[in-house]
Amino acid sequence: MKAVITVIGKDKTGIIFGVTSVLAENDVNIMDINQTIMQEFFTMIMLVDLKGMKGGFEELKKKLEKKAEELKVTIRIQHEDIFNCMHEV
Amino acid sequence: MLNNRNILETINMIEKENLDIRTITMGISLLDCCDSDGEKARQKIYDKITTLAKDLVKVGEQIELEYGIPIIHKRISVTPIALVAGCSSDTNYVEYAKVLDKAAKAVGVNFIGGFSALVHKGYTKGDRILIDSIPEALACTDLVCSSVNVGTSKAGINMDAVAQMGRIFKETAYLTREADSIGCAKLVVFANAVDDNPFMAGAFHGVGEADCIINVGVSGPGVVKKALENVRGERFDVVAETIKKTAFKITRAGQLVANEAAKRLNVPFGIVDLSLAPTPAVGDSVARILEEIGLEVCGCHGTTAALAMLNDAVKKGGIMASSNVGGLSGAFIPVSEDEGMIAAVECGALNLEKLEAMTCVCSVGLDMIAIPGDTHESTIAAIIADEAAIGVINNKTTAVRIIPVYGKGLGEKAVFGGLLGEAPIMAVSKFSSLDFASRGGRIPAPVHSFKN
Repeated sequence: MKAVITVIGKDKTGIIFGVTSVLAENDVNIMDINQTIMQEFFTMIMLVDLKGMKGGFEELKKKLEKKAEELKVTIRIQHEDIFNCMHEV
Repeated sequence: MLNNRNILETINMIEKENLDIRTITMGISLLDCCDSDGEKARQKIYDKITTLAKDLVKVGEQIELEYGIPIIHKRISVTPIALVAGCSSDTNYVEYAKVLDKAAKAVGVNFIGGFSALVHKGYTKGDRILIDSIPEALACTDLVCSSVNVGTSKAGINMDAVAQMGRIFKETAYLTREADSIGCAKLVVFANAVDDNPFMAGAFHGVGEADCIINVGVSGPGVVKKALENVRGERFDVVAETIKKTAFKITRAGQLVANEAAKRLNVPFGIVDLSLAPTPAVGDSVARILEEIGLEVCGCHGTTAALAMLNDAVKKGGIMASSNVGGLSGAFIPVSEDEGMIAAVECGALNLEKLEAMTCVCSVGLDMIAIPGDTHESTIAAIIADEAAIGVINNKTTAVRIIPVYGKGLGEKAVFGGLLGEAPIMAVSKFSSLDFASRGGRIPAPVHSFKN
């Protein structure tokens, strides 16, 4: 299963490191990564593959949420199909 | 390939514009639970519901977690109980409502619908007992919803049932008087009721349906409103196109959730209902969409046309997005459940007459409308007859969910809380419909129903 991770918040150093380290620890492979500053907000969108992931989806989501608190950003992880279904005919 | 703009658009819809899946409703046939011994029938009902729906809430929550889209309610609809209980020798069906309530609580769903009777052409013994049991059943249960179909385009309108439902609303209001007559919020009278409606209070599992299915109702008035904010001042063609595209996206999310839920529960997918269902929350209102189209307040002249266009555009976008569309599919206009509708009634822009006109062009009908508690039962029956006539003549579903709030009058409010919201009490005609409602009999089927 592939998922989209979005990270949005006030820009500062170490956001990408913080998020990707959680992913690496859980054997989540990053397939695509895109980062930009939109209206002063750090916005990062990642496509990840959860196939070889350690533990379950809920566990990963909780770890990312914990990291989000530390970094003072919001992190969402959602199955990619929710985006595919809405934007592709 | 996904682009970032699309991803952020979906996230904004969910986070800021209240995009959600209103309900995953599991339809369960209880036809195989019939028994001449009522006690045995009820045990079979309880066992079947708690077996088939045992994972419904868990699966709903899993999907919510993985896809990041809220699923507000998980519900169950069952075969109209009049058909099942009618096989027993019981003379009161309140116990059936209690067992539905108990089963719903055991599996953790928000509502269970199907304490229902279909009497559009006439009553069976079971129908008669069920309807007589409605007030007490709704007063002594929490999650059970009830509906009665009193007319169809093929059969005409059963005016005996219409008159009786006027009385039933009054009795239900009285028995639940401690909570602003909330029992009536769980009771709906239909013309042309549909078999696969996932929305309450009118959901029941029709007899032509499979043993168990998953139906999904989407929501998303806030998303449509936001999309229209970006086309202010444009011509109607642009407005319609914008609604259509937005409805497509909303429905696609519903279809995805429906497929996923069906797969995980190992139950066939039934339909997606395209209705734009509002909630009392700010930013989740159908009335505010109509105002965005250019009306000062919902209810002023132009409201019916705006709603007609909205309803049509939602269907056009939604039909393309789903493999099976069903249920009521249109815009809902409940008063108490829509913040904009409440405001429109309070400022005097929206009255019962205008709402009736609006029901001619959208799904459902007079929905969640509070009226004075001293309204005569014949007036309520006449309101039902008017709505049923609109449905029967125009080949569409219409419904009445009206609350004669016991002990309250004009200028006061009924407060239900939660998704049911609150309703300012609206005026009804002060002139009598007593002789009309007392006639009984049937209004024959309209001429255009004879198509064979």
